[in-house]
Amino acid sequence: MNALPTRWRLSPDSTLSRAIDGIITSPKAAIGAVVTILLVLVAVFGPWLAPQNPYDLGAIDFFDARLPPLSPSMNGSIYLLGTDGQGRDMLSAMIYGLRTSIAVGLLAGIVALVVGTALGLVAAYVGGRVDALVMRLVDLMLGLPAILVALMLLALLGQGVWKVILALVLVQWAQFARAVRAAALVERNKEYVEAAVSLGLSRPRILFGHMLPNCLPPIIVVGTLQVASAISAEATLSFLGIGLPITEPSLGLLIANGYKVLLSGQYWISVYPGLLLLVLVFSINVVGDRLREVFNPRFLGR
Amino acid sequence: MSGAAEGDDNGKTAVCARTMTVFIIRRLLQSLGVLLATSVIVFLGVFAIGNPADILIAADATQAERQAAIVALGLDRPLVEQYWIFLTNALQGDLGRSFVFNQPAIGLILARLPATLELAFIALLIALIAGIPLGLIAGLKPQSLVDETIMTGSILGFSLPNFWQGMMLIMIFSVWLGWLPAGGRGDTTQFLGVTTSLLNWDGIAHLILPATNLALFNLALVIRLTRTGVREIMPLDFIKFARAKGLTERRIVLVHVLKNIMIPVVTVVGMEFGSIIAFAVVTETIFSWPGIGKLLIDSIMLLDRPVVVSYLLVVVFMFIVINLLVDIAYSLLDPRIRLRDAQ
Amino acid sequence: MSTITIDDLQTHFDTPAGVIRAVDGVSFSVERGEILGLVGESGSGKSITGFSVIGLVEPPGHVAGGRILFQGEDLIGRSDREMRALRGKKIAMIFQDPMMTLNPVLTIETQMVEAVRAHDRVGRTEARRRAVEALGLVGIPSPDERLSAYPHQFSGGMRQRVAIAIALLHRPDLIIADEPTTALDVTIQSQILSEIQKVSQNFGMSLIWISHDLGVVASLAHEVAVMYAGRIVEAGPVDTVLDHPAHPYTIGLLRSIPANLDRGEALQAIPGMAPSPLHRPSGCPFRLRCFAATAICETEPAESRNGDHRWRCFHPQNEARP
Repeated sequence: MNALPTRWRLSPDSTLSRAIDGIITSPKAAIGAVVTILLVLVAVFGPWLAPQNPYDLGAIDFFDARLPPLSPSMNGSIYLLGTDGQGRDMLSAMIYGLRTSIAVGLLAGIVALVVGTALGLVAAYVGGRVDALVMRLVDLMLGLPAILVALMLLALLGQGVWKVILALVLVQWAQFARAVRAAALVERNKEYVEAAVSLGLSRPRILFGHMLPNCLPPIIVVGTLQVASAISAEATLSFLGIGLPITEPSLGLLIANGYKVLLSGQYWISVYPGLLLLVLVFSINVVGDRLREVFNPRFLGR
Repeated sequence: MSGAAEGDDNGKTAVCARTMTVFIIRRLLQSLGVLLATSVIVFLGVFAIGNPADILIAADATQAERQAAIVALGLDRPLVEQYWIFLTNALQGDLGRSFVFNQPAIGLILARLPATLELAFIALLIALIAGIPLGLIAGLKPQSLVDETIMTGSILGFSLPNFWQGMMLIMIFSVWLGWLPAGGRGDTTQFLGVTTSLLNWDGIAHLILPATNLALFNLALVIRLTRTGVREIMPLDFIKFARAKGLTERRIVLVHVLKNIMIPVVTVVGMEFGSIIAFAVVTETIFSWPGIGKLLIDSIMLLDRPVVVSYLLVVVFMFIVINLLVDIAYSLLDPRIRLRDAQ
Repeated sequence: MSTITIDDLQTHFDTPAGVIRAVDGVSFSVERGEILGLVGESGSGKSITGFSVIGLVEPPGHVAGGRILFQGEDLIGRSDREMRALRGKKIAMIFQDPMMTLNPVLTIETQMVEAVRAHDRVGRTEARRRAVEALGLVGIPSPDERLSAYPHQFSGGMRQRVAIAIALLHRPDLIIADEPTTALDVTIQSQILSEIQKVSQNFGMSLIWISHDLGVVASLAHEVAVMYAGRIVEAGPVDTVLDHPAHPYTIGLLRSIPANLDRGEALQAIPGMAPSPLHRPSGCPFRLRCFAATAICETEPAESRNGDHRWRCFHPQNEARP
């Protein structure tokens, strides 16, 4: 069933190969994966792809402000998607915004993954009071709406990239912890753990060297969905004005800038960044949803 | 299970009512505990971390005003005493005065709360009324085109950034089509002492777009939940037995399946109500809806901290109440739970 | 006219791995007031036979051939609407696990009243009265109070009685019982058995009792049919079959029942396992486990009979002669 050529073929049972296989066999997910990869590439190679650097004050022309899409610029080139209030080329602003959105979302997701996974593993393995404490915390975090917690935190801490990432991590680690703990509890009772303990291996080694690789499925699923969620959350926070500072604008901020002129019909300043954000988040979510199906043991009645 | 004698019946109506009361009392006490714990956390967050003087005293006060305020607020007293003052004040409804409006903060919140609640309830209704049928259809025809479309649509639903979607709604329905107003609450009428937008057309027109905006992510959730529920229930034996009795497929779905699904759906949606209140912050900002969400954002921007604190406490209180209601609803819907508590 | 006559029934399942012939040419007849025990291991197709009769085979399964003559009329090819009119009214079914048979979130009353009103246009009061009456029939004390209870408030045996009561609501001509006592305690089992026997005699109902337990069937049924790998390998009056079993499989089943042996005598399990439904051996499906198998068993054994006693075997035991 593995669609890759023989020499690339991974062991059919490995988590990674099941994940890839799952994505390839679903047309929706495959398209989502391709789009996501494309967007990531655009973000990575952004500065080379963008027609102009929107944050280089010398490159923008204030007189070109608020031009609709496909308008010509003063120097002859065409603004494919129009310009914003400062005369910045929308396409370039979007590419740079994409970079920031993906970077922040990915970073927050990865840190939340690390923190949450570690806590989940430890809680499952050690059990007892540690486990109870962690689970209480997790329940508390998951009971509170993410937006609210992030809002409150940023209201107290103030603005800044790292503060935003911290807020996002705080809001997201619990999802990882819960999923990983559940998987780890199942693993803990398996024989290979007993064997490792009887061999005298150290706890960290057992946890991270043996149990962790078997807990990968939920990590992959939650990770994918959480990155999408982080990107979305950051956009919302930036839109509200308490997210990233204007020196590092993400797509959320671009949309916010366009909000004020929306009612006067200058739609392109909000619509296009929004579409880009939508496509990004949607694609990641489609892939994550497919992965969830693939790894879900309750594969019933599909 | 009971190895009890034939005919064992461990539930009677009188017992049922009694256990319900016990259950409610128990939960109320638990909730009180949580509220108390939250008050401690909020207190510590505001009064103990950072400089509470900065948080509670208007930023543009003069030195003399600051000093007077510090004494008046008791910030020079020991922490425990401060907490006590805070608690007693809070219980009397005094959570400080807003810097911006110079009114009791709690009063501001409570004045705007009905607007948010109205929005939230309508959004919840929309999510349920649209979501459950869609989820049913998807679940009854799995792997079909209809199913795939609905499910992909649901992913789209929770991928759409809430705020952008709201803006698009305004753009399409207000700017281009001109059918609905772009913001504000419109006319309201008084009904039984409650101000509501539902009883007049202008109010309803103003309500539609923000409620739809707020409903969307919950709609996606309801669809998925319902679909999963249907897929889980349909293969079960009692559905087969119902068919063997000769019941119509329609009755089987609408009575047997639906009643079983309602339990998880109501529970999750009830808990998600908190999220709705939270997301109302965004919706109210975009649609200029005069609720507590908008007030919160404005207050954060204007550094009107007492209002922020009041918002926090009120919202936490609401969450606790909601959780309690959800638990009660859960035990009402699932007869198995009611009697387990009795034993 | 017999209540039900099955003639060469074929029920197949279309799976990605191939076609599974779950019911592969089954024929039998049940007269009015008669109890037929349909016996076999799991996977023998006995339950699917029951589902085929009542028309509840779920995709990818479908009835692929043969006839199911219910009171003279062929049920195969009937529309779903027509089948629904029969289900619960003329043909009723009782399932194995009573906990899962009754909807846990609806009261007994709801589930019984809807069964009544599915076929008869009566008011709620009348429907309720009939429900109380049915509960009384199966020996449930204070039925009037019990109606407002939920399934989990009953013990297993009581629940099964409720399921039987529901089956009896319309005095069906045929009841198909799919291992109804397997999930119950032995003592309860015998109570239920005697209830069923009494009721079926009183109302002249035909009963197909599906079970893997020959012992239960022995005490209850008039006729017995033994199924293996989708086919009936032996059938006949219960005393004949149990006292003079012809087919080696029947003999094997009898030998593996503890009650049949004297103390100290060794239990003899049938060697090997039932074949996977996808890979049945050619000819007689039992030949790979059979102590009497020879080369000729690689071809299909035809049916032989001696009066009411019939079997499919080239080497019938116990002097069974056609």
